[in-house]
Amino acid sequence: MSDFTLWDIARGLLLSARWTIALSLVAFIGGGVVGLLVLLLRTGRGHALPVAARTYIELFQGTPLLMQLFIAFFGLSLLGVDTTPWGAAGLALTLWASAFLAEIWRGCVDAVPRGQWEASSSLAMGYLQQMRHVVLPQAMRIAIAPTVGFSVQVIKGTALASIIGFMEISKAGTIITNATFKPFTVYAMVAALYFILCWPLSRLAKHLERKLNAAHRH
Amino acid sequence: MRYHFNFGDVLAYYPLLLKGALLTLELIAIGGVCGIALGIFGAWARSYGPRPLKMAVGAYVEIVRNTPFLVQLFFIFFGLPSAGIQLTELEAASLAMVFNLGAYSTEIIRAGVDAVPRGQIEAGMCLAMTRLQVFRHVVLRPALQKIWPALSSQVVIVMLGSAACSQIAVEDLTFAANFIQSRDFRAFEAYFIATGIYLVLAIFVRQVMRQIGIQLFPRKVKR
Repeated sequence: MSDFTLWDIARGLLLSARWTIALSLVAFIGGGVVGLLVLLLRTGRGHALPVAARTYIELFQGTPLLMQLFIAFFGLSLLGVDTTPWGAAGLALTLWASAFLAEIWRGCVDAVPRGQWEASSSLAMGYLQQMRHVVLPQAMRIAIAPTVGFSVQVIKGTALASIIGFMEISKAGTIITNATFKPFTVYAMVAALYFILCWPLSRLAKHLERKLNAAHRH
Repeated sequence: MRYHFNFGDVLAYYPLLLKGALLTLELIAIGGVCGIALGIFGAWARSYGPRPLKMAVGAYVEIVRNTPFLVQLFFIFFGLPSAGIQLTELEAASLAMVFNLGAYSTEIIRAGVDAVPRGQIEAGMCLAMTRLQVFRHVVLRPALQKIWPALSSQVVIVMLGSAACSQIAVEDLTFAANFIQSRDFRAFEAYFIATGIYLVLAIFVRQVMRQIGIQLFPRKVKR
């Protein structure tokens, strides 16, 4: 029987951290793109599309991420797609993140004074033009801090992907525990690794919030 | 080959789903009550406690908020026994939920506590109230009232997060769905139905929180 040193455990976890980061990036960027589309539908004109976008957001915010992962994992294969944990986790986390980001950004769009909409509308701008040239540039400033804050949620969310077999820090932690019988040490290190990934982002979000808020309040 | 959906097979297990849903509600009831209590204590400690306690609570909040619930759960259930603390699945899950919600509500309630105007605290002191009385009667109530919506959302988020407890064999709603799909291989249907039940639970918990809010704070705040 071979012995595992602390460094062996740390190396295994650090190597798997690459996949946590990769999945987080995919979910965050994908979620941003889809979230922007949902945002446009949500704040757009008409009746049906905003309601549809709202339902989409409520569905993803009102159900567990774990269930969304399971449905993506088993649902994709029903559609005849050869499912891998990568595909299912990427899809589920992207859609999940898009719902949350759309809702966060909607709050920021709402925070732009109504007069801005009216002024741009009286300049004969269409909805997309208003968004592109008038509203989004102002909303983006408010959105930066909560968006950075949400990236922490995304990183933490990827831990659940381990349950559908995606190989990342938590999964590696379970595997290493099974080999070393040192759950206390291993899970403490797993937690520490997540902390190292998330804490700087949390601090950054708080810092940005303070800085941008101060500028906002003049 | 076309797949034929069969929700009936899954729905036939309704007693199991119901039992799971009840356990999920039980978990969030324990987690909600104790977690918010812990949050009130944490908010007090962060704002008025002695310096070492302030720092300890700050560290606790940062650690919980920057690590995944699943890892906290695994640490408590798998890790603590080797430190001599043996817990059943249910105890570990409850503890993890209290621990988790406690940190978030500390941060949320503290925001409310900070928003109470200084003058009110001084006025309370002038009436010869003790520090604790001032906190209880002057600070806490308006603070909770102000942040109640945010706290309610957090309770729902923790309830949805409790799905992870199935991973340490707590027989909650997710566990029921796992069990059913392992029996009849109707994975998609089982998770689909469980997801629907979670949605209903989320709406239910939100309503319960709203009602508690109405009971606790009958008067509207004048702004």
